[in-house]
Amino acid sequence: MSGISKRFGATQALKRVDLSIFPGEILALLGENGAGKSTLMKIISGAHTPDEGTLRLDGEPYEPTNPMHARESGIAMIYQELSLAPHLSVMENILLGIEPSRRGLVSWKAMRSRAQEAMQAVGLEAIDRGTPVLKLSIAQQQLVEIARAVALECRVLVLDEPTSSLAKKDIETLFELVNALSSRGISIIYISHFLEEVKTLSDRYTVLRDGERVGSGVTEESTEFEIIAKMVGRDMSDLYPRSEHAPSDIVLEATRVSGIRKPLNASFQLRKGEVFGIAGLAGAGRTELIEALFGLEPIASGEVRLEAYSGTATPKLRWEQGMGLVSEDRKTQGLALGLSIADNITLPKLDDMGAGRLVFPKRQESASESWIEQIPIKCQSARQPVSALSGGNQQKVAIARLLHAGVDILLLDEPTRGIDVASKAQVYSLIDSLARGDAENQVEPKAILLISSYLPELLGTCDRIAVMSRGRLSEARPVAEWDEHSLMEVAIGQETENA
Amino acid sequence: MPEQSTLSQLKSSPWVNVGARFLALIIVFMFFALFVEDGKFYTLRNLENIVRQSSVYATAALGMTFVIITAGIDLSVGSIIALAVVVVAWTLNIQVEGANGELVYMVHQYPFATPLLACVLAIGASTLVGLLNGALIVRLKIVPFIVTLGSMGIIRGLAKGISSERDIYPPEETWIGALMDPTLTNQAKSWMLLPPGVWILVFCIAIASFILKYTRFGRHVYAIGSNEETARLCGVPVGRTKIIVYGLTGFFCALAGFMQFSYIGGVGQPTTGVMYELFVIAAVIIGGASFSGGEGSILGTIVGALIITILYMGGQQIGWPKWVQEMVIGGIIILAVAVDRLRHRKLA
Repeated sequence: MSGISKRFGATQALKRVDLSIFPGEILALLGENGAGKSTLMKIISGAHTPDEGTLRLDGEPYEPTNPMHARESGIAMIYQELSLAPHLSVMENILLGIEPSRRGLVSWKAMRSRAQEAMQAVGLEAIDRGTPVLKLSIAQQQLVEIARAVALECRVLVLDEPTSSLAKKDIETLFELVNALSSRGISIIYISHFLEEVKTLSDRYTVLRDGERVGSGVTEESTEFEIIAKMVGRDMSDLYPRSEHAPSDIVLEATRVSGIRKPLNASFQLRKGEVFGIAGLAGAGRTELIEALFGLEPIASGEVRLEAYSGTATPKLRWEQGMGLVSEDRKTQGLALGLSIADNITLPKLDDMGAGRLVFPKRQESASESWIEQIPIKCQSARQPVSALSGGNQQKVAIARLLHAGVDILLLDEPTRGIDVASKAQVYSLIDSLARGDAENQVEPKAILLISSYLPELLGTCDRIAVMSRGRLSEARPVAEWDEHSLMEVAIGQETENA
Repeated sequence: MPEQSTLSQLKSSPWVNVGARFLALIIVFMFFALFVEDGKFYTLRNLENIVRQSSVYATAALGMTFVIITAGIDLSVGSIIALAVVVVAWTLNIQVEGANGELVYMVHQYPFATPLLACVLAIGASTLVGLLNGALIVRLKIVPFIVTLGSMGIIRGLAKGISSERDIYPPEETWIGALMDPTLTNQAKSWMLLPPGVWILVFCIAIASFILKYTRFGRHVYAIGSNEETARLCGVPVGRTKIIVYGLTGFFCALAGFMQFSYIGGVGQPTTGVMYELFVIAAVIIGGASFSGGEGSILGTIVGALIITILYMGGQQIGWPKWVQEMVIGGIIILAVAVDRLRHRKLA
């Protein structure tokens, strides 16, 4: 691949990226969340078409128009979210779409032998090929996907974060398999956050940052430190306003909180008037933690104490107790896109919108308009559906909802994901002013829990930061004791082994 | 860019939505007015018939509008209407001991109170089955389509059981039976302008519109349909709201049942209202609600019910065979939704 660029609207997702891989090689593709790894892979697999640049496969021009085309050309992708038909058997899943057939009739005999072959190649021979996939473990399901790629006789196999949901033993099995496949001449692109994996597995690596290729090299010749430096190396700009915060009383305390799978024994304290950051990689369990705090996810063990209250929680109760959540995914969770701005802002607190249980749209609108002005949200009127706004303004609607509800504790999950820089700056200064409060106008400082995968943002806005890695939350330290390298080291599990 | 978004704002405004449907209604009406022989279509008697027939659909469709806005569906409405009809007739046939120890019909002794009791019982039964629908959907987490497909059969069976699978003839004409009697074409009753049942509908339209727009419950209904996850996140009691919505449908079906009872001549027919769920759902969908939830309005639904009735009755009068009528109505439903989808795609 050479000179690949891709724009989405105003966002330049990839800037002239080059990438090459030799037969039988294992190439690690590294980068923070949002660095452009997924976009690049989607271009290879034909899901997106590049704006410029060329792709070549075995020297021939390769222009995949859709994922099927890519598969036929011998490129197989295995995504984090497995794409199996759960009710079909292992065999049917492996040969889905490439069933051997004669005149439209499936040849079951050929199917059995081809499936068996592929299953042997990935070490699944012990499993009955007729088992429905939903009865298999996650690790086995992943092997079924790899077997599918093998049955396809693929030449390039892309693995996207394959270990994120695997246990240690299964990871070792996977590594052996990946090595075996590469020795058969299959080229493997291995996407991962976890440096240790990259070190043990890959021959070469390429690092992407903000859509650009910022480095590549032979894995053995580079230190982990060098690679981390390439992944993060950015300058902090003055995007982040920071005023004096005066943390006072503890308003939220979590003690050894565990969820169903994640988090594991997370403990922390949140004070009024501070911004507390939780760093970590996607899938580390940060979202699960705050959803558990907010009563959206069950708590398996441990205690959450809000002022004097420590019983079970529901979102409704949490709003009443003065806690609000801006969820990570504003489209599927955070906002009712088809409804108006006014409806979205006032939904959790319709108390003052009319006598008793009445709600007057006029009052919803006027209440929303004051937030639209203060934050500010760029829109035509409070009646406009949220779907008509830009991502940044949608996010500000989600935050305005918390302010309207008058909460004291704000849980913000990736509040600046996918929004433009100007909106980001507004969100940062909003966070800062909320934590500061306003003594003159008797606005109490608020407590803010900020989850982010973007390290400069955490370092720029937080007072204290803790890091979550594979479900475990590190000790919180003042922001001055962290830098991007140390945060990244903890996030990718350099320290957790000893801790 | 701003021009475009003003346009999109205009397109998504509720007035344009309902206005476009009124236009469709007028076009459909004009079509039959022009093509039915001798102007018979716009005689007073025929217009009154259209209103009387559409009232049954429209009343049941009020509840269905709530359900569909929450992204649900209720297939049991036809059966609930039959249940209400049968319960009314059954109550009118209750016999009590008279002054001399002989059995007399209660309705003869209390000609006003007995029908009232019938209404209370029918409303109670219908609302209860509606609430049960909702409770099953919420507690067992079964999709509404399946739950109400099942309860459609169960409730129909219940209605047949109560009536021993026969039509129940009440011993006496009562005011319930007269709810939908023609007024405009009847000198003695023309002071009412519209049949009492239609007045009930008008009142219900006002109440239902008010609830949807001006109460917390109504805003919750839209929020759940637009994005259930968001609603839960914002502390909306999602389960409770859904149960109430299905209960409300049961309640409106009881009212529709009273109208149906009168419209079919004051008989407790357990087989009445078959296929009504389809007309009712079609009315709501033609009225601009979306199966994926979050959209819909009471006024739109009423226009939808009128369009369905006009197509149905106009088709009969123009002399189309039954099979043509059915094909036309089916085609219109698909057309209405297709136009909506196209419009949405342009907006997005």
